[in-house]
Amino acid sequence: MAEVTFNDIIKPENLAYRKSALMTDNVMHYCPGCGHGTAHQVLAEVLEEENLQERTVGITPVGCSVLMYNYIDVDFQEAAHGRAPALATAVKRLMPDKFVFTYQGDGDLAAIGTAETIHTCNRGENILIIFINNGIYGMTGGQMAPTTLPGMKSSTSPYGRDVSMMGSPIKMADIVALLPGTCYVTRQSVNTAGGVRKFKKALKKAVQYQNEKRGTCFIEVVSNCPSGWKMTPVESNKWMEENMFPFYPLGDIKVPAE
Amino acid sequence: MEKELRLMKGNEAIAEAAIRAGADGYFGYPITPQSEILEYLMEANPQATTGMVVLQAESEVAAINMVYGGAACGKKVMTSSSSPGISLKQEGITYIAGAELPCLIVNVVRGGPGLGTIQPAQSDYFQATKGGGHGDYHLLVLAPASVQEMADFVELGFDLAFKYRNPVMILSDGAIGQMMEKVWLKPQKKRSEEILPWATTGKPASRPRNIITSLDLDSERQEKFNLKLIAKYREMEENEVRFEEFMTDDAEYLFVAYGTSARLCQKALQLARAEGIKAGLLRPITLFPFPKKRLNELADRTKGMLAVEMSAGQMVEDVMLSVNGKTRVSHYGRMGGMIPTPEEVVENLKSFIKG
Ligand SMILES: Cc1ncc(C[n+]2csc(CCOP(=O)(O)OP(=O)(O)O)c2C)c(N)n1
Ligand code: SF4
Ligand SMILES: [Mg+2]
Repeated sequence: MAEVTFNDIIKPENLAYRKSALMTDNVMHYCPGCGHGTAHQVLAEVLEEENLQERTVGITPVGCSVLMYNYIDVDFQEAAHGRAPALATAVKRLMPDKFVFTYQGDGDLAAIGTAETIHTCNRGENILIIFINNGIYGMTGGQMAPTTLPGMKSSTSPYGRDVSMMGSPIKMADIVALLPGTCYVTRQSVNTAGGVRKFKKALKKAVQYQNEKRGTCFIEVVSNCPSGWKMTPVESNKWMEENMFPFYPLGDIKVPAE
Repeated sequence: MEKELRLMKGNEAIAEAAIRAGADGYFGYPITPQSEILEYLMEANPQATTGMVVLQAESEVAAINMVYGGAACGKKVMTSSSSPGISLKQEGITYIAGAELPCLIVNVVRGGPGLGTIQPAQSDYFQATKGGGHGDYHLLVLAPASVQEMADFVELGFDLAFKYRNPVMILSDGAIGQMMEKVWLKPQKKRSEEILPWATTGKPASRPRNIITSLDLDSERQEKFNLKLIAKYREMEENEVRFEEFMTDDAEYLFVAYGTSARLCQKALQLARAEGIKAGLLRPITLFPFPKKRLNELADRTKGMLAVEMSAGQMVEDVMLSVNGKTRVSHYGRMGGMIPTPEEVVENLKSFIKG
């Protein structure tokens, strides 16, 4: 049998997944195995498939994904830490026909930006909030986040998160689901092919709901941070499945009435 | 709406002028003594007529970040507040300056520090003119001294903001915000439908994506950007200095005062002249850029300058820098919401003359 080379396999017809045309060729700065890169790719696919490039305005956070604007080929605004929903509010109100999303980490969305998150959802702004919950402050080097699990170690909870001193992890998706302004709240993951497919479906629904002006869509992605958690990518995914998913169960929390 | 003469509060004049200037959006949070701006806009409901968006935000922090978002779309957007709220807005303001976005910010100043008082003051001069937030930047600062100027500076402020892609502040105070005067309002302008080439309005195939950010992790590039900002501020100093002079031709002593203080210095000037003191007044209209050159010229032929401010002495430092030791400079001010009387200003001038 002739030897099969790499180039024989990597052919367009053999690829189950291809790089979205809206992904740029810039080299990503994310650590190996980090969920941010996968989430970007899925989002880019949806923006491409839904023909949204021409009317999308994205808002990036302060966090590891601050440079997201280097990777997806749509117009972007870079917000101050936690303020992305405020920017998105104005963008959507001033240009209601645009597709507007924010992409935020857990420190950004659930600590410093809690007020903006809650009130944007409460006003029912017609935007999509993508919330990457990795239970840690990735960018600044692994400090405790509002979402850090009880007992979980971080550089600012070196003995583990003591909930009697540091409070309990906040479940933001459950909180915003209580607000009448949100129309769709769901918790997803991107660490498996199945997870990616479901996340993509959720994004497509959010596009539809935004087009229908149904209110705020909130998609949480329970994700990993191998560097901040001090694990290999494989270990981090295993740890996430065993610890994060039970605490932050995947699935829809709120769906609009048809 | 035609050109129209109305009797209005300063705060109301700002709100009405914003609608007529064709503003696209206003984002605010209530605080005395400027809540009338938001109240007036909510009642006028311009969304139904011009399409202007008016939104009560959950905080001043949110309001200024809404302004960032709107400005980044190339829209004419504004916010207003008073001192404690302006402190909260500083984060957003430095990001707006760093992202080179145009917008209008109104500060109807009250006395501080802290919660201070709800009465008028001019104690936010440093914050307004020296940057306010972190990093090397300036706002272009306009100081109205009448309800008419409250109205006029809205459109002027927007024009300058877009000309320089820089935030503009109207630095007013509780007295001008609350007092009623006659004001000529301009006819209604149509809101602009122009799509600005740098704005984030959705990427068409015809251009690369637009990115609005204040971040650059490359120090060499960031320094180049800092130099570009400085060049912009120098350009403002060349082209945008505005001031007004009263009886400076033969003045031996000069009051330097803006806003409410300038109004009472006009009265003090008459009282001083009646007593044979050759007094004059220079009223800076732009506080940044400051009328440095003109003050330096006037310093050649004055025996002294008295900066009158409702503060512990802030603008006086710019007067000193402007005259660079050529003439004596001193300060007179009241604080905590107290407004000096023209008589006490004259008394103070007399003791300044005695030395
Ligand atoms: C006002 C302000 N405070 C603090 C920081 C420092 N800072 C940058 S990113 C970050 C936390 C990011 O964590 P998260 O939002 O969870 O994003 P991740 O990096 O984990 O994706 C912090 C505290 C900042 N940039 N601005
Ligand atoms: S620090 Fe964590 S969140 Fe940031 S890129 Fe690395 S793995 Fe991802
Ligand atoms: Mg995080």
